Amino acid sequence: MDITKNFTQLENFGHSLSAPAYLVRPANSEEIYSVFQNAKKMGLKVTARGAGRSYNDAALIGGGIVMDMRGMNAITSWDPSTGLVTAQSGVTLEKLWQTVEPDGWWPPVVSGTMKTTLGGCLSANIHGKNNFKMGTIGEHVVEFTAVLPTGAEITCTPKKNADLFYAMISGMGMLGIFVSITLQMKRIYSGLLSVDALPVQNLHGHLSALLDGAPDHDYIVGWLDCLAGGKSLGRGQIHATRYLHEGEDPNPQETMKLSNQSLPSRIFGVFPKSLLHYFMSPFINNFGTWGVNTAKYIASLRKHTFRQSHAAFHFLLDYIPDWELSYGRGGLIEYQSFLPKETAESAWTEMLKLSHKSGLPPYLGVTKRHRPDKFLLTHAVDGFSLATDFKVTNNNRVKLSRMLQDFDKIVLQAGGRFYFAKNSETTAETTASFYGAETIAKFKKLKKRCDPNGLLESDLYKRIFTD
Amino acid sequence: MPDLSKPDQTQPKLAPSTPLNPRRRGIVVGASGGIGAALSRKLAREGFTLALVDYNKSALQSLCDEINQTAGETRALIYECDVTKYDSVPDSLRRIIADLGGLDTFVYIAGVIYFPAMDEFNFNEDHKMMEVNLLGAMAWMSAVAPLFQSAKSGQIVGVSSVAGDRGRIGNPGYNASKAGLTNYLEALRNRLSRYGVNVLTVKPGMVMTDMLKLPGAPKPMLAVKPEQVADLIWNGMKKRKQTIYVAGIWKWIMLVIRHIPSVIFRRLSF
Repeated sequence: MDITKNFTQLENFGHSLSAPAYLVRPANSEEIYSVFQNAKKMGLKVTARGAGRSYNDAALIGGGIVMDMRGMNAITSWDPSTGLVTAQSGVTLEKLWQTVEPDGWWPPVVSGTMKTTLGGCLSANIHGKNNFKMGTIGEHVVEFTAVLPTGAEITCTPKKNADLFYAMISGMGMLGIFVSITLQMKRIYSGLLSVDALPVQNLHGHLSALLDGAPDHDYIVGWLDCLAGGKSLGRGQIHATRYLHEGEDPNPQETMKLSNQSLPSRIFGVFPKSLLHYFMSPFINNFGTWGVNTAKYIASLRKHTFRQSHAAFHFLLDYIPDWELSYGRGGLIEYQSFLPKETAESAWTEMLKLSHKSGLPPYLGVTKRHRPDKFLLTHAVDGFSLATDFKVTNNNRVKLSRMLQDFDKIVLQAGGRFYFAKNSETTAETTASFYGAETIAKFKKLKKRCDPNGLLESDLYKRIFTD
Repeated sequence: MPDLSKPDQTQPKLAPSTPLNPRRRGIVVGASGGIGAALSRKLAREGFTLALVDYNKSALQSLCDEINQTAGETRALIYECDVTKYDSVPDSLRRIIADLGGLDTFVYIAGVIYFPAMDEFNFNEDHKMMEVNLLGAMAWMSAVAPLFQSAKSGQIVGVSSVAGDRGRIGNPGYNASKAGLTNYLEALRNRLSRYGVNVLTVKPGMVMTDMLKLPGAPKPMLAVKPEQVADLIWNGMKKRKQTIYVAGIWKWIMLVIRHIPSVIFRRLSF
């Protein structure tokens, strides 16, 4: 296998970063091991890459070898009677839900885009809008097999090789390469969800609504108008959503058909959505977003309940194809902070005010409710998360960088955490600070055991773990 | 010479590029010479992270220390390498790109000059000039070019010379090596520009470097300082130019010289 044949410039999801690498596409465990052997011989580092949907450098290794795992994309078994599915790590959530949904099942945890691969989902240990109820995707993994850089193929379950089970899930691909994953799906009784939409006037109301709305719903997510200040700081809209119980949907066979789940490719049936991002870019600035947000908020003032398909509710990021291109040449970065419920309000108030003062408000803000989990590199807390999108330009880099450093300090002081699939500027110092020395030592010990030659390394790893 | 194909554990590790603190990475082959050192300092000041390549280890080390101290962070790594060891180039290049974490710019400045007497033919010296000035450049660039081509980005800077524009009475070997390099760079440009890769040919006239202190060297005429050359090269790089003369006046001088008919040119004494 000539691993240096295909030298390619690879990008992250937000188009804010690119790095060249030797791209290989292994088809099975033997080829994965052969990549490791070659890398060792040549003194190069290796990183696995799924769909490349991380906003940062998680799937990049400049000058190293990137293993594109999408060559391994078979669903090897699906049992509609038990809801157990076994798939290779390159299978996307899109392929997964389209396989299980017509039989009355749904993946227990999904990300905001369906383009992600299962290997990537496990590495980042993704959460969905139901994190407070269902936890992360790792909590629904029954078993996985992985190839370690040593060539060993191991099987992990919550009982067997438990230390590796809880470290590889959330380990950002730095311990081994997922090959096959068995997941438990969740039963659904309709292709539709019932969504309660309610407006919230300020940050206090926003967080209270997330807290109070969670117990009675299966999913909860908030849109936060990051440009509103003063008394309206933190205003937005909450979508609290629940599954339909058996019998609530008079015709579940019909609503569960794939044709009822697909996202429309045209607006009003005529305008192709693939062109939409061109029309969005004029609004991606302080003034344009202020206008859009205000209009959106006014439109959301009516409290109402409606039904929506699973795909339309979950995969907001896929609703407008290539939306990330509307952020222009510098791309976008995402800054997401996870804060305990006690400190979230004061910390985010400070951060939003700071962003207004700096003239760098985020153009999108999304809030969620979270609960802690048992995984080693967990990002979750008993509290909330706020994900924000910033446009990057040549002129705002320095200022934005300084502001995000201030944000980091506020979050750390408030006992918060960060998520490795999102933030692109988190430093090793910050990482060490919120994990603590013990967790990091534990991870490094496992790293030494699984990868004694230090072959697995991404630009993310270099950034967040200094040796 | 050390084996550059394997990781060097003593090499400092560079912080990776992030969207808000992006790093541009460059390789300068022939970094410790007059123009090489000046351009390396200039590029480092402009924010580049550099791999400095040369055979002169001690000069490299002091240049590297100077750059890193001025920047207040690691912005230069050094690689001791003889450009005429052509076979080792692909391995060295792979190593350097892995250490830098990417590559945006490749600069080849390595060059030697000997000044033969008017009636002297010295094949050994001509051979050396061809090896360093032309074949070394071809060895490195034929390893860099396919990478930039498939990455669909990048910039290659080759420092040729006004001496490549005509074959003159004074230095046939040097003229041949630089004419070869100029044409090689042009061909490279024609191959790569369609992939979004810029190839910049730099043609210095006389530059106040050690070259002009060699025995037999001509008297300096319109000579500029290496720092000025570095500034002009950086300008050309920013504007993604194809060919620049440094100093600019040589553009007009060479325009005239290129058009002197042979019947006259062969009777001239320069």
